[in-house]
Amino acid sequence: MTIDANGMHYTPLNKMIRQAVASGVREIVIDNVLGQRFIANGLRSNVRITINGVPGGDLGMFMSGPECIVRGDSEHAPGNTMDNGTIVIHGSAGDAVAHSMRGGRVFVRGDIGYRGGIHMKEYDQKRPVLAVGGTTHAFLGEYMAGGIIIVLGIGHEVAVKDRGIGSGIHGGEIILRGDIEDRLLGVGARKVIFTEDDLNRLSPLITEFCERIEVDPSQFLDTNYTRIIPASSRPFAGKYTWE
Amino acid sequence: MCGIIGVIDRTKARMDGSSIKKALSLMKERGSGEGAGYVAYGIYPDYPDCYAIHVFFDNLVEPKSKVDEVLQKWGRIVHQEEIPTYEQPCLKREHIPWRYFYRPYTEFIVGSNNPAEDIIKHLVMTVNSTIQGALIFSSGINLGVFKAAGWPEEVADFYRIEDYKGYIWLAHNRYPTNTPGWWGGAHPFNLLDWAVVHNGEITSYGTNRSYVESNGYKCTMSTDTEVVAYLFDLLGRRHGLPSEMIVEALAPQFWDEIDLLPEKEQKLKRTLRLTYGPALMNGPFAIVVATSKGIVGFTDRIKLRPLVVGENGSRLYISSEEAAIRVMDPEVKSIYMPRAGEPVVGRVVQ
Repeated sequence: MTIDANGMHYTPLNKMIRQAVASGVREIVIDNVLGQRFIANGLRSNVRITINGVPGGDLGMFMSGPECIVRGDSEHAPGNTMDNGTIVIHGSAGDAVAHSMRGGRVFVRGDIGYRGGIHMKEYDQKRPVLAVGGTTHAFLGEYMAGGIIIVLGIGHEVAVKDRGIGSGIHGGEIILRGDIEDRLLGVGARKVIFTEDDLNRLSPLITEFCERIEVDPSQFLDTNYTRIIPASSRPFAGKYTWE
Repeated sequence: MCGIIGVIDRTKARMDGSSIKKALSLMKERGSGEGAGYVAYGIYPDYPDCYAIHVFFDNLVEPKSKVDEVLQKWGRIVHQEEIPTYEQPCLKREHIPWRYFYRPYTEFIVGSNNPAEDIIKHLVMTVNSTIQGALIFSSGINLGVFKAAGWPEEVADFYRIEDYKGYIWLAHNRYPTNTPGWWGGAHPFNLLDWAVVHNGEITSYGTNRSYVESNGYKCTMSTDTEVVAYLFDLLGRRHGLPSEMIVEALAPQFWDEIDLLPEKEQKLKRTLRLTYGPALMNGPFAIVVATSKGIVGFTDRIKLRPLVVGENGSRLYISSEEAAIRVMDPEVKSIYMPRAGEPVVGRVVQ
């Protein structure tokens, strides 16, 4: 099924998507997307949605299951509180990508803005992934409570050069290509060595990500990464209460 | 949350208001229908040396005769008329927008480097703080603000902004949070050559307000953005700082970042921070400021509001959302996100 979204407001567009999914459609292509918000919000299905253009904010919010492929850039917060499924963005994305994400995958080929992966979380088998081919701005993984963030820094001297990486992190891990200056770490974040075990554990994910964004994975399958984790399991235990 | 967008054609080629109306309407959800506005530079070529003074009158009886009187005391009204407006079904007409084309008598005052501008500033402050039922919301040469309480499209149609042609346009869609939505509280805010659109909050408003008020400005529009216009006027027009330096004073680098710079730069940045401490703005903001010479966009230092930049030849776009730029200019060449606190400057080339 193909939808021409030229000049269309997001409400009728999302209604059309919902109706199509309810009637059993499993493949949707949306052309001429420009700024329409909330695409695929709360959708529970295994539908594949190809978005040609620049979707508006909160693409795939609360979504559980679908695959959204964006041929273009994306505005703020794709994957906001997403539960399951995959978003692949072949361009760049705005601020707060994968905001509060709780499951599934967000893959971005280009760069992302500020506060990527802010407050991602995990529970039991649910472990969300945010992978970025390019670079990110400041406060990556801010208040992160779980999940994995990977940044490859393709086309950049260093994967991340902005401050506040993992500021307030208390769960999950941030994997950055190459070394990262200590001064860029946020409060509560700790840098550890990326080991062979880490590589074995993560190489299927790195390979999958590279394949989805159409780059050769072999150049990224080594231990030249920095791993950033919480400084302790409860780094802010004494911040608001005193024992 | 508000939506902002600005565009400059650096060769001064003029654009009509239809495309910025489309761009602002695309960001409709960033507002709440309680305020939208536009400013354009280069729209009054027939009055190239007159201050275009736009006023909201509550009625055309007492407030208008008082404004006429004070204007005539200080200069000559070259032409005046009601700003043409066109009734919109959902937009309530709260004020009568009026414009004067005005030349102040500069020989009456001494001790000023720019008597005309000082007189206009004095008139704006006097009218807005003493004349009930009159508010000057635009006071520059060859530029004009058009704003009201409504949605972006309604306000654009109310003034038919596609009938105006300017080489710089700024537009704003308001989502009022701390102060009520009213015509005077809609953006852009203007004083003389400066116009400001702003998404966010200036939480340092109290400090900034005392600072500008101690320098002769009066805040009368019950909203924080007004103070940004006065800060730019004070630092830019009266102290003569270039726009990059003003941004550095209002949204300076953190001390630990300044420590890493070469000594000479450190010294400059320390001096700026110390001199302009009360001008430092805190809180979440993305701002675009215009003058007849160019535009500058910047955000707060930890980037709590969005800002995207696009370029296409002589045109520079600064916006809250990428899609708004693309709807104005489908051929836009490069799109990027500036870093927090980094000024993005587009200057007119002569």
